[in-house]
Amino acid sequence: MAATAASVDRRSMMGTPRPLGVRRPALHPSSLRSWLLLAPLLIFLSLGFLIPLLRMVQLSVYDPTLRNLLPATAPAITSWSGEALPGDPVYRALAQDLKAATEAQTIGIVATRLNTEISGIRSVVMRTARRLDGLATAAPRDWFTAQDPQWADIGTWRAIARLTQAITPSHYLAALDLTYDENGALAQREPNRRIHRALFLRTLAISAVVTLLCILLGYPVACVLTTVRPALRSYLFLLVLLPFWTSLLVRTTAWIVLLQSQGVINDALVGLGLIANDGRMSLIYNMTGTIVTMTHILLPFFILPLYSVMASIPPSYMQAALSLGARPAFAFRRVYLPCTLPGVTAGGLLVFILAIGYYVTPALVGGQSGQMISNVIAFHMQSSLNWGLASALGVLLFALIGVFFVLYSRLAGLATSDWISGS
Amino acid sequence: MTLLPIEDTRGLWRGLLIAVSTAVFVFLIAPILVIIPLSFNAEPYFTFTPGMLRLQSQAFSLRWYEGFFQEPRWLVATGNSLFVATASTVLATTLGTMAALGLRDEHLPGRHAIRGLILAPMIVPIIITAAGTYMVFSVVRLVDSLTGLIIAHTVLGVPFVVVTVSASLTGFDQTLERAGLILGAPPFLVFRRITLPLILPGVMAGAVLAFVSSLDEVVVALFITPSPQFYTVPRQMWSGLREQISPTILAVATLWIVLSTCLLVTLLMLRRYAERLRAGAPALEPEPAE
Repeated sequence: MAATAASVDRRSMMGTPRPLGVRRPALHPSSLRSWLLLAPLLIFLSLGFLIPLLRMVQLSVYDPTLRNLLPATAPAITSWSGEALPGDPVYRALAQDLKAATEAQTIGIVATRLNTEISGIRSVVMRTARRLDGLATAAPRDWFTAQDPQWADIGTWRAIARLTQAITPSHYLAALDLTYDENGALAQREPNRRIHRALFLRTLAISAVVTLLCILLGYPVACVLTTVRPALRSYLFLLVLLPFWTSLLVRTTAWIVLLQSQGVINDALVGLGLIANDGRMSLIYNMTGTIVTMTHILLPFFILPLYSVMASIPPSYMQAALSLGARPAFAFRRVYLPCTLPGVTAGGLLVFILAIGYYVTPALVGGQSGQMISNVIAFHMQSSLNWGLASALGVLLFALIGVFFVLYSRLAGLATSDWISGS
Repeated sequence: MTLLPIEDTRGLWRGLLIAVSTAVFVFLIAPILVIIPLSFNAEPYFTFTPGMLRLQSQAFSLRWYEGFFQEPRWLVATGNSLFVATASTVLATTLGTMAALGLRDEHLPGRHAIRGLILAPMIVPIIITAAGTYMVFSVVRLVDSLTGLIIAHTVLGVPFVVVTVSASLTGFDQTLERAGLILGAPPFLVFRRITLPLILPGVMAGAVLAFVSSLDEVVVALFITPSPQFYTVPRQMWSGLREQISPTILAVATLWIVLSTCLLVTLLMLRRYAERLRAGAPALEPEPAE
């Protein structure tokens, strides 16, 4: 489909009249003008979009925190073979670093970062650092292992060796619920820390349900919009466009007002005697709330592209099928439905892509069970301050969207945003 | 005229289609309409009081609107929102129109990649843009400043302008520009007197879209402007919805619905104007000869 469009384009280009006697030079002079026109925006986009994305990719694999905070241990441990416990110099370097970190009050960061891969090490680090004054310099290894058995665990040292390298896959492993076992091989995380894969699946599931609902609700509406009288059509269009244009927050507010337990819908049901006053339904701050609100917000994104496809189907197709004796249901299934499938695919994929990255609605009406991947990224950005993990999750989300977007542009062409401009 | 693509449809199918689509239209519009009467509630409830249902006048009041106009934080937020939206719209419209003119060049190397980059903020999840922007802006000291927010909103608004202006340029007859140049007009004069008037509906439509997108944006604002003195209206609503939900929010929402309806009507009028322009009807009065 895209190929035909391109060839048509080329043909029309060939047909463009060109002033006589003007031969096109190798580098068209207008290119310079075009670059000058584009330059300001490209500079702007670099600062406001491209560099932020690249920074995120960088942070997802690059974490010099421990290398900087343990400046003596990091080089000392590189010569360690990893077979047996490291020798005294490494322990001495760690003692020196922990002392410096305590004085610089960065010991908490060190302990937290180590704890992401060695569970339970946080308190051990803090405790050991407090007792460092009692360290006899002669045999630091014996002193450390006497403080806590974790310092005699080779797995602890393998983790420290990994974490003091600046380039690390650890954030991606954490984002996929993987970790290293004590032998340094990839392994599943403990079940209670396995959260991200389930979260990705939930995000995909919520998006799929929302997409399906949009298809079921949107198809008949687009159908009606194509076939009603033009005068009525412009009014019906307003009913689709007005919610489309109303602020996301206003619409989310509206659904909170409608769905909360003291809200309009529950009040109406109680008033009508359909449910008891103490049996009010919890329709919001859970997955139901997320799905209802997201469907409402994304429905116009499905209806509008589908409408533009439906409007381009000549009515004569159906007339031909019917006059040849097909029953209406058969003609619909074999003629009309296949013609509308490109619109369904385009609109459906658009809704799906937008749904995967949703943040505002799940954050406001999702409660616990309605949280999606974006919300967890925000949590790691703002609350746990684990920017590396947030970045790794962000890059994975980006890749996921990318896959569906490639599918979308193959199937629907990049021009589907045309209805925005009304052309 | 028969309803449906399926003529001679049995009454049952037709009835079903009408019933389903009516229900969907109600689903689309009712939540927005419900907010409006509730914003005049005399009681601090988010539901219809018995008095409201009986249409008693004392059940209605303007107290939440008074609250909006008296509370400094809402007024500050309104000011911030309008300032950021206006500034980012001006930037996005200027940069986007220039870029769309540049992208018209079919011989530009990497044209599709550049167009893809410009449109990417529409598809990339907002949380990624917001988080990445925060990471970079915290280094270059643009966090907690309206300047930072304006830059971020410009990035989000530009795709709308590029799409609408590119659309109006597809039907554009380039011989008009050539004629101007051949007759000796400097390029900027050609742009101002020939190109701009003809693509103006697209430029304006893009500006309205960019304005609305900035006005509605909350996720980037959550990251870039954490201090209350820089809150925008959606940011203030976010706090209201998460912390202390007060019916003032319903008054704000109603005012906002009125505003966005006006902007929608503007956009639809621009669209109609563009269609007339494309159909070749004289849209602008010819300017007096100089």
